[in-house]
Amino acid sequence: MNKPLNDILVVDFSQFLSGPSASLRLADLGARVIKIERPGTGDISRHMYISDVEMNGASSVFHAINRNKESYTADLKNPDDLSKIMVLIKKADIVMHNFRPGVMERLGLDYDRLKKINQNIIYGEISGYGTEGPWRGKPGQDLLLQALSGMCFLSGNGDMAPVPMGISLVDIATGGHLVQGILACLVRRAVTGMGGLVQVSMLESACDLQFESLTCYFNDGHQLPERTLKNNANPYLGAPYGIYKTLDGYLSIAMTPVHTLGELIKCPPLTKYTDPAGWFTFREEIKAILSAHLLTAKTGHWLQILEPADIWCAPVESWRELLAELSLNNGHMTQTVSMEDGYQFVTTSCPITLNGAALTSKKGTPSLGQDNHRIDTSLLSALTQDV
Amino acid sequence: MAPLENLIVLEFCQYMSGPSAGLRMADLGATVIKIERPKTGEGGRQLAIKNLFAGDNSVLFHTINRNKLSYSANLKDPADLDKIKKLIRKADVLIHNFRPGVMEKLGLGYQDCAGLNPGLIYGEISGYGKEGKWKFKPGQDLLLQSISGLGWLSGNKNDPPVPFGLSIADYICGTHLVQGILSGLIARAKTGQGMLVEVNLLASLVDFQFEVITTHLNDGGRLPDRAAQGNAHAYLSAPYGVYGTKDGYLAMAMENLEYLTKALDIPQIASLIHDGFTHRDAIMAAIAGALKKQTTGYWLDLFEPADIWCAEVQNYHQFTAHPGYKAMRLEQEIVLPDGRSLTTTRCPIRIDGQLFNSSKPGPEVGAHNEQLDHTLL
Repeated sequence: MNKPLNDILVVDFSQFLSGPSASLRLADLGARVIKIERPGTGDISRHMYISDVEMNGASSVFHAINRNKESYTADLKNPDDLSKIMVLIKKADIVMHNFRPGVMERLGLDYDRLKKINQNIIYGEISGYGTEGPWRGKPGQDLLLQALSGMCFLSGNGDMAPVPMGISLVDIATGGHLVQGILACLVRRAVTGMGGLVQVSMLESACDLQFESLTCYFNDGHQLPERTLKNNANPYLGAPYGIYKTLDGYLSIAMTPVHTLGELIKCPPLTKYTDPAGWFTFREEIKAILSAHLLTAKTGHWLQILEPADIWCAPVESWRELLAELSLNNGHMTQTVSMEDGYQFVTTSCPITLNGAALTSKKGTPSLGQDNHRIDTSLLSALTQDV
Repeated sequence: MAPLENLIVLEFCQYMSGPSAGLRMADLGATVIKIERPKTGEGGRQLAIKNLFAGDNSVLFHTINRNKLSYSANLKDPADLDKIKKLIRKADVLIHNFRPGVMEKLGLGYQDCAGLNPGLIYGEISGYGKEGKWKFKPGQDLLLQSISGLGWLSGNKNDPPVPFGLSIADYICGTHLVQGILSGLIARAKTGQGMLVEVNLLASLVDFQFEVITTHLNDGGRLPDRAAQGNAHAYLSAPYGVYGTKDGYLAMAMENLEYLTKALDIPQIASLIHDGFTHRDAIMAAIAGALKKQTTGYWLDLFEPADIWCAEVQNYHQFTAHPGYKAMRLEQEIVLPDGRSLTTTRCPIRIDGQLFNSSKPGPEVGAHNEQLDHTLL
């Protein structure tokens, strides 16, 4: 299949997670993505190790985020390097970055300037907190955004300290929004020929992630979210919504009429909760009764009763069970990629399929500057002649 | 010009995953028409959080379905189905999030619709894809969090699995659907051909965990190990986490442990900080002991000038009252049919400096039948 972005060139100045996760998606959709990296060190996440895992000289995080890309090193403060970058930008469809506000302006690489050399460029930028207000200079780091935006009071139980969500989800959401904005501009460019400026920030994306709970807060008299004391899975939902311990593991139960649940699992005290409004109002006591009852048997026992009755429930599993199932039946959710030196590794693949085909690519992660020579001799020399 | 102006999207969706994708396309300029069963409409209209309603519909429904139109039709009635097929001929995009097989039974599967409109971009969300033992399981957010291993990443070492307290699978999958649909439109501009775009909640949560699952796939298959206290990421070294202070909580991200050893006067960790991952619990315990002794404000005044990455853990009162929040104009008002207004968030994407705000509420069921019968049919 011809991938939809197979004629698109992306020049990506971003590092860490938010920006590079966006360019990864563009690469999966077929774009040619060239990472512009600082000579010597490159993208800082090359050496931002998580736990103690090193893969062929770089962190597992870097590999997950930067497969299927090229690497071009340039010192943006060196005029010779910068002039090469400018030639590359003339040819590019998309330029993107996630520097703090003001950095690209100082380098002469802001949208207004690039538009003069490439009128139809689509320019994507990610900031931490937008370009207005007192937070604009603060580091745009995932945990700080989670902390500031109230998000830490949504997970965990009411008797716990604030609980951050254990994935860099603000980075990921922001990258996802940047992709949406860039693709929307490509749709528009196909109609009008015009480029555009796409701006997203981690702060706006953190609010969008919480659009349901913030809207509730705005309209319920500004009450703070209240996590239930036990078995909380969403502070805004009534019982039984939550994860429950069983004799041998954990079981999650989503929205379910409480009295029906009581009948099915033979727990008489629950059968009196027939009023749906009470499932929220009395959620603490319902959850207390339910959690004591579910402890008396194994997860499999409850599933055998609840699944045939079409009750929304599932066992709580680990990646081992997940990956075993995926390798049996959904093999396209992971893929093996190869670096130029032959190093191979397994990683996840693009979650979108088009016309039934998975968007995979064998191209692994670039070593730092591995594509300089190729780009200088092919792309840039051809371009310099054109110009 | 809003980037998706002049595009028509038909949304056969309910609850959150699909409708959140429709909302994004509406904000970016598309005309999004919800196709709903007469009278009751989609299930999300009655799905309330905290029992909160605005008129006949939940506040949650307006949150996810503002800025859209509604066309009611009984898809089992041949006359209604005929009208829907006419709408499909005029549409650019169709999205649905029914369980596998439902649209096919109605005669509205991808092949049927492509026959009506070869340029149609047809997007579908399922829970688990079309293969595997889970394919008929309900595609509900908490269940997906449970089977995808996500519960073992938040909370502390001895806690039970802790789910993300928002509908993350729905949210991320809706984001992916928009990405797929837009790339289908980009391809269509070149080829004139429509496309089938498929996403599922499970694949979206695997992608959401791409960093840590890739680590797991390459570290000998070890499972995540949450920090003993203040855990914020099972795979990151001390001090990454949340710490109690005298009057609240402080979040600290990756930072210089040598600095903290001196600034907090905790020499007992000096011999441990060469390996902030292996000795994470001991280091975090020492930092927690020191930070407890002063207020959050005291630590911010000390750390921020030193460029230590930290922030106060705020609640919604503190967050929404902060000048940093207010400066970014993050709220907008939508106006309900009875004239009351409701405050909600806005589209997080700016294009050419423009914000995409709209005061249009979630539509009443079938509110636009007459209008669309005249204009489109």
